[in-house]
Amino acid sequence: MEKKFVMHFPPILVDKPMISTVVKKYDLEFNILKAFVSPEEEGTLVIAFSGEEKNVFSAVEELKSKGVKIQLIESDIKMVKEKCTDCSVCIGFCPTGALYIDRKTFEVKFDPEKCIACELCIKGCPTNAMISTI
Amino acid sequence: MKTIREINEKIKKGEAVVVTAEELIELKKTSNSKKLVEEIDVVTTGTFGPMCSSGLFINFGHSKERIKMGGGKVYLNGVSAYSGLAAVDVYIGATALPDDDPRNSKYPGEFKYGGGHVIEDLVSGKEVELIAYAYGTDCYPKKYLKTRITLSDVNEAILFNPRNCYQNYNVAVNLSNKTIYTYMGVLKPNLGNANYCSAGQLSPLLKDPYLKTIGFGTKIFLGGGIGYVCWWGTQYNPSVKRKENGIPMVGGATLALIGDLKQMKNEFLKGASLTGYGTSLIVGVGIPIPILNEEILNWVSIPDEEIFAPVVDYSYDYPNSTGKILEYVNYAQLKSGNIKLMGKNVPTGSLSSYKKAKEIAEILKNWIKNGDFLLTEPIFYFPGPESGYKFKPMKEV
Repeated sequence: MEKKFVMHFPPILVDKPMISTVVKKYDLEFNILKAFVSPEEEGTLVIAFSGEEKNVFSAVEELKSKGVKIQLIESDIKMVKEKCTDCSVCIGFCPTGALYIDRKTFEVKFDPEKCIACELCIKGCPTNAMISTI
Repeated sequence: MKTIREINEKIKKGEAVVVTAEELIELKKTSNSKKLVEEIDVVTTGTFGPMCSSGLFINFGHSKERIKMGGGKVYLNGVSAYSGLAAVDVYIGATALPDDDPRNSKYPGEFKYGGGHVIEDLVSGKEVELIAYAYGTDCYPKKYLKTRITLSDVNEAILFNPRNCYQNYNVAVNLSNKTIYTYMGVLKPNLGNANYCSAGQLSPLLKDPYLKTIGFGTKIFLGGGIGYVCWWGTQYNPSVKRKENGIPMVGGATLALIGDLKQMKNEFLKGASLTGYGTSLIVGVGIPIPILNEEILNWVSIPDEEIFAPVVDYSYDYPNSTGKILEYVNYAQLKSGNIKLMGKNVPTGSLSSYKKAKEIAEILKNWIKNGDFLLTEPIFYFPGPESGYKFKPMKEV
């Protein structure tokens, strides 16, 4: 299985090899989708772990126990359907096809499984229908 | 040949045959024009997209101690309204912003709230804060006023949009190597995406390319209620290049629209925030087209495949008015989600909601079918290509 997470590293953890430790220990593959360190030295990482389900969650638990704040990505970017006008301007720039249109009904839909939380849709939605819950 | 009067008689009796432009295109595949002209009385159209040249006139009524807002300053939910009119008349435009909005000083600006949002709040029945600063006169002594108003409190609330319903529109792309934020949305570098803004085969003025049925006084669907065409729109240009079928290959005609906001609905008037650009108002418009003869029927039944839009680079060519058009693509290609441009597959997105456009054409169809909406004969028609009327660039000295 593959799961995506948003991880926040407090300044004291930023220079520690946290990810490589759990990846080796739980035999996971990983894909870094986004990473940055803020001027306050807090680290933010958007990462996909793939491996056995129990291993993925053990790795997450271990990181949490060391002080990393973690959210599953599905709970991260949301579509507020009442605000969406189904214009579809988002589907042209969504890099993963998480935002797509049903070509029969012309309804715009959001598949959180495919979202990598790049947040372009938050900037690009004219009616502010895409929100981040971080 | 039919007349509008004859069609109205049928509407009153509940006998008129009304279809949407989309439905007509389907019918055309299995029937011929001669037969369809006999059968069909009215075709409805629809569009729902950001239209920046939109705004609202309001008359607040007079405060007990009178105030003359004219020549002063007026704010609605912090957004500045134009007050250079009589004492308590203002106009709030879709792109107006609060004085303290950071705009693009933190690029790209978010533009979360502006004139378009004030109009949406009012039509939603929400309370809006009114603040006015005046200089005080003998007959209007009050110098400052702060209160809360709703749409039902004010005397008149007249939506007046000097330019709506662009006949056709650019497809925006970005040839530069950095993301740009435009009124056509976010454009990723190196042809990362292409944004268009038209309902294509459902869009009102693409269905009547020479405005043979639409003119001053035409009754329409506006923002969920009734509105009227009250002039040709600003930047009106009938003298543009056309395809053999008569359809303009660039912008073309526009309309000025007017209507009473009090009978409109928030589903069809939405404030818009265009990151890095500003605010706007998304307006829903539907126009009925009477099928008076075969020529009109043929125009109305032109499908997406035969309507072309120009692809323009918004990183250099648009901001510098070079007039360069990269290519032409049709609306069927645009609506497929992908177009081929300069050898590259480019994903497309639309700022105009086709789903809402369909909904509007459907609502208008039902109004007419039920006898609730009669057609109007225009008081006069707008200049055509033969007039030489054009859209000129600015004279700069």
